[in-house]
Amino acid sequence: MRSVIMGNHALSYGAKLSRAQVIAAYPITPQTEVVELLSQLCANGDMKAKFIKVESEHSAMAASMGASATGARAFTATSSQGLALMHEVLHWAAGARLPIVMGNINRAFGPPWSIWTEQNDSIAQRDTGWLQIYASSNQEVLDSIIQSYKVAEKISLPIMVILDAFVLSHTYEVVDIPEQSIVDKYLPPLEMEYKLDWKNPHAFGGLTKPDWYYELRYQIEEAQEQAKKLIVDTGKEFKEMFGREYGLVEEYKMDDAEIVLISSSTIASTLHVVIDELREQGKKVGLLRIRVFRPFPSEELRKILKGRKKVAVIDRNISFGHEGAFFTETKAALFNEKDHPPIFGFIAGLGGRDVTPDVLKDIFNIVETTEWPEKDIYWIGVKL
Amino acid sequence: MKLSIPEREIMSPGHLACQGCGAALAMRYVLKSLGKRVIYSVPACCWSVIDGPFPYSSIGVPLFHTAFETAAAVASGIKAGLEIQNDEETRVVAWAGDGGTFDIGLQALSGAAERNDDFIYVCYDNEAYMNTGIQRSSATPWGAWTTTTPVKHFKKERKKNIVEILAAHRIPYIATASIAYPEDLIKKVEKIKTIKGTKFLHIISPCPPGWKSPPELSVKLAKLAVQSKIFPIFEIENGIKYKINIHVKKPVSVKEYLKPQGRFKHLTDQDIEHIQQDADAYYEWLLKQEELSNE
Amino acid sequence: MADEKEIKWTGVKDMPPMAVSLGSMRVNKTGNWRNLRPVIDYEKCIYCFICWKFCPEPSIDIEAAQISERVDKKPVINLNYCKGCGICAEECPVKCIEMVKEEI
Repeated sequence: MRSVIMGNHALSYGAKLSRAQVIAAYPITPQTEVVELLSQLCANGDMKAKFIKVESEHSAMAASMGASATGARAFTATSSQGLALMHEVLHWAAGARLPIVMGNINRAFGPPWSIWTEQNDSIAQRDTGWLQIYASSNQEVLDSIIQSYKVAEKISLPIMVILDAFVLSHTYEVVDIPEQSIVDKYLPPLEMEYKLDWKNPHAFGGLTKPDWYYELRYQIEEAQEQAKKLIVDTGKEFKEMFGREYGLVEEYKMDDAEIVLISSSTIASTLHVVIDELREQGKKVGLLRIRVFRPFPSEELRKILKGRKKVAVIDRNISFGHEGAFFTETKAALFNEKDHPPIFGFIAGLGGRDVTPDVLKDIFNIVETTEWPEKDIYWIGVKL
Repeated sequence: MKLSIPEREIMSPGHLACQGCGAALAMRYVLKSLGKRVIYSVPACCWSVIDGPFPYSSIGVPLFHTAFETAAAVASGIKAGLEIQNDEETRVVAWAGDGGTFDIGLQALSGAAERNDDFIYVCYDNEAYMNTGIQRSSATPWGAWTTTTPVKHFKKERKKNIVEILAAHRIPYIATASIAYPEDLIKKVEKIKTIKGTKFLHIISPCPPGWKSPPELSVKLAKLAVQSKIFPIFEIENGIKYKINIHVKKPVSVKEYLKPQGRFKHLTDQDIEHIQQDADAYYEWLLKQEELSNE
Repeated sequence: MADEKEIKWTGVKDMPPMAVSLGSMRVNKTGNWRNLRPVIDYEKCIYCFICWKFCPEPSIDIEAAQISERVDKKPVINLNYCKGCGICAEECPVKCIEMVKEEI
């Protein structure tokens, strides 16, 4: 069924179609509509789920862990300060190997107070063991939730589906809401080998000495590696059933592209328009959107970027004292290649500053006219 | 042969509790009553270690180790997870020390209590952060030495009254208990089993290394705590109906309770008198609450 | 959970993916923590089982024994696990448990 819905509701419908059984959530702008709709769906019986109205995001994640550990499908959503408050338990959820799926609306941290989009909240969680998917349309938000449960439950790791504050969360787009029966075929009920079950009692997460802790961490990394193929495969399966395909990255007009612009989320959506325009002017430029940030698709990047003339990475985040996170990871992925192209790093759109087609064209112009990066990092549009 | 408490043992020996650990006894008693159909949420506390290292466990029932401040929230999640999978029978226990209850876990506990989520919250109270090496918590009593309240500056603040905080949430059942009175403790767990909603059980659990007391005196101290009115044994129904379960008819002086404990050995007679007055006043207040409840 | 089974793995390929318990702490014989050993004088014992009641391990077993017409069980210290805390001796109402120094 095609509907015009906001990004937040795409998250809610994704959770509903995935038959999430326990939702524990706390409100935060700009995520509130996610939980409002879910609480309505639970209250009127459209969803067979328990909704725990917790007193903080920390407890939202803690309650999600408890539910997930019993073998129930758990969902939550948050943003910014809320995600930061969860930080400790995000590590716990991944370490406990719980397949929780969460929506995170990218919102800038305070101070100063800001409710607008920026990726620093989710980037700060990159080392927690969670997978991270950055969506660039409301359709992708909904589809990614369904796909995430499929992946998370196979590899026993939690997944964060991330979308831009307001630019997606509050923007209405046409979204195809799939039939429940087809989603059920794609996503079977959750089965867990180890769970909290009084008939088969286990203690989870007990003190682990250095003789085995290392091996448990190695297995998380193995699962992250396994997820790369799984995301591609489940994406293909998704296409067969729903007609839309998602992988680790999205390529746009890349065949003969000499200059490649790399970005994520809605900056990447805007780049489609810019690339079209630049192509009309005869520029050989393409877009590489990084959809999955964890696990990071290093191998794909090496393959795709091989032989290109120049690469530019546009980050809506900043690791203070260094540079943008996608830029760092891209450079690191290519570093051991013998001949890799120069890689330019741009910061843009922090705190929700619009990243318009003109801004992106400015970036392209810099890359086109500069032979090799002259600065470690380019701040675009700062009023100096 | 007639035993005064159930014979069955759910918890197994081989666990890592110190000699004379009150928290181990508390667990043993609660499990005797609850049986096997139960799931525990255990935050950072002595029991994170006592249960045993991966891949072993001594508790005999499912246990989810979790972060310090999350015992109650995880318990809420476990209960919801079970219920949505049509398991209404399995009981859920949040099992935390005083630090995880009075201090860092208070917010999650308050949240769960306000929602009246259906589980049993047990605080085994050894009156300081014992697992990390005896640092003061808000459950540490006035006058006590800890590694962060050295003798020269012993704790000058009163022990937080967690039970009254919970009573203010008007949860259906709150009780105090002592490991020296297992029959009373088990009777309370039996009662808890019939009540839906959030139940809170506060168990005084002596800690020989932390209290600087001989391990063989743990039960004795838990008894003296009650008989000196330091730790009255009572229950509160729906936050307003008080009942003292062990009436102290011939109280012993608090001095008798304090004396065997190295953590109080610096106290002057004046200090001890201060503690005595505080204990007497609270017991009097409880008697009045009980009287009011009976009216 | 199987009792007293020591669990051994070679590595990642045969161990579980998360820290999940697969055996009982009964494998851990805490008897070697003990400095003092409780010894019950069964002549004096009144078979009240208060020692059993207050054992934090628990390492006092209730074993079948025909003591008299009315008493058919006795408390037996399980030295595999007894840590020697002495609560049993302290709480015994007839003081029939003696804490004896362990020889090294």
